[in-house]
Amino acid sequence: MSSNWSAKTGSEGLTRPDWDAIRLEFPALHQSVNGCPLAYFDHAATSQKPRRVINAMTHYYQSDNANVHRGVHNLSQRATTVYEAARTKTARFLGAADSSEIIFTSGTTASINLVAQSWGNAHLKPGDEVLVTGLEHHANLVPWQMACTRTGARLKIVPVNERGEVSTEAVSEMLTSGTRMFAFCWISNALGTINPAQEWVEMARKRGITTLIDAAQVVAHKPINLQEIGCDFLCFSAHKMMGPTGTGVLYGIKSVLETLDPVFGGGDMIDEVSYERSTWADLPYRLEAGTPNISGVIGLSAAIDFLESIGWASILERESELLSYALEKLRNIPRIRFIGEPKLRSGVISFIADGVHPYDLGTLLDEQGIALRTGHHCAQPLMRHFGISGTCRVSLALYNNHEEIDRLDLAIRSALRLITNVDK
Amino acid sequence: MMNIPASIPDIQDQLAADFEFLDDWEERYAYLMDLGKDVRGLSQEEKTLDNLIKGCQSRVWLTTRLENNRLWMYADSDTFIARGIIALLIRVFNGQTPADILSEPFDLPERIGLTAHLSPGRANGLAGMLARIRYDAAVALGDRKN
Repeated sequence: MSSNWSAKTGSEGLTRPDWDAIRLEFPALHQSVNGCPLAYFDHAATSQKPRRVINAMTHYYQSDNANVHRGVHNLSQRATTVYEAARTKTARFLGAADSSEIIFTSGTTASINLVAQSWGNAHLKPGDEVLVTGLEHHANLVPWQMACTRTGARLKIVPVNERGEVSTEAVSEMLTSGTRMFAFCWISNALGTINPAQEWVEMARKRGITTLIDAAQVVAHKPINLQEIGCDFLCFSAHKMMGPTGTGVLYGIKSVLETLDPVFGGGDMIDEVSYERSTWADLPYRLEAGTPNISGVIGLSAAIDFLESIGWASILERESELLSYALEKLRNIPRIRFIGEPKLRSGVISFIADGVHPYDLGTLLDEQGIALRTGHHCAQPLMRHFGISGTCRVSLALYNNHEEIDRLDLAIRSALRLITNVDK
Repeated sequence: MMNIPASIPDIQDQLAADFEFLDDWEERYAYLMDLGKDVRGLSQEEKTLDNLIKGCQSRVWLTTRLENNRLWMYADSDTFIARGIIALLIRVFNGQTPADILSEPFDLPERIGLTAHLSPGRANGLAGMLARIRYDAAVALGDRKN
């Protein structure tokens, strides 16, 4: 994908994307909230959408809308072509060996549940162990709890240290002969910790343990090469990578996906149906019962184009620069304490202000047009580990800028001043 | 013996007038959180699941006591803003008769522009607090069995 961003040349002669022009591509970022310009720092919950994504979905509904895989008419063929092209593109984006390894789902949660149910039912038995880390989002915890309850397997949790990291030594110790599945997040949504995914998968594979990576927080921030990572399953959502809600991906190595029985039965997933029995279609259709989220998949495809049009080198550089700037600003605010100080951190900063409830701070920031997340971030056990009920979480994306971070800094300071006066 | 308060409409008028003097968000929140200081707080034993208001993102506990046909309210919260909101409700409804609590309209949040500034979560919380006060009033009237 060739870059369509008019590049700016920096003082050192390197060309960089024009981030202001890129920011203009996101209509929702350009609005006032409570009389202030919006500063959106809740990317880890869901990212804003560029015009390219919105237009692709609108175009589909206006011009190509038809059901896929089942019509001879021209519209249906067009819809099928764009839908399947999106699968091929997603496979290439991730470095998958084959496009049939890409299953479209409604999101990360659905992808993990599909594996926990289908793979879990086929492979887990009493006494087996499923290993997750203490950093997991509930989406990569609760489905495994449910699978363990169903099958009699045991759920084990690799502990988190005070920095909000999970040590590779601890993982190694807990990957035992009884472990059947190791499911972990590559990047923690609550703290931003980046886990050494490749190293962990390698350790697990050497011991014959199946691996699943929750990559929800990775896709907009780091390139993924499945051939290097080598995991059995990887899951993510389109809406955290500039794409639409309600669309996600389950990647699985083909030979592993072939062992999965469908969880849902219905249209599109069958080969032959009679009243006595039915046989299943080939991958990937077998695991995609019913009419898929066609417009969502088209939106995902446009989101991939968008990210690639900027390029990973630029995105990585931009986000690391914004993160360093935000860390420095927030670190200098009195009373602010970071929750989690991982050595390897993605664009997420969780913090609390001593004596201040995150909801109060979040509300007073919203009054100043600052959108960030407050609460437990769907990671209640992790919050309990730190002895708190929740945090304020700033999460960054390529469309944020330094001026917004300056405003965040000032807004936190005035909110804390207000609360301190009341608290006297 | 606690003092008998002014009427529910009069108290709301007074509070609305107080808020009218405040012209920016900082002053309004400072005032709201300041009202929260009136909330006496509850002991650990009183912070039961029964007394926890459903629908609040932050935790709010509320308990009431009927004395001479007037309902008295005691509350606590872990956040300053929720404490301020419950303080507003207590200002309006504390010491009123159950019949008045059930029949008088409560439009103060709209009048002071609070509703527009509440996230859906907080609006649910406010609705939950009001529902709890009216439920207790209904129980006191004997309309509902506790």
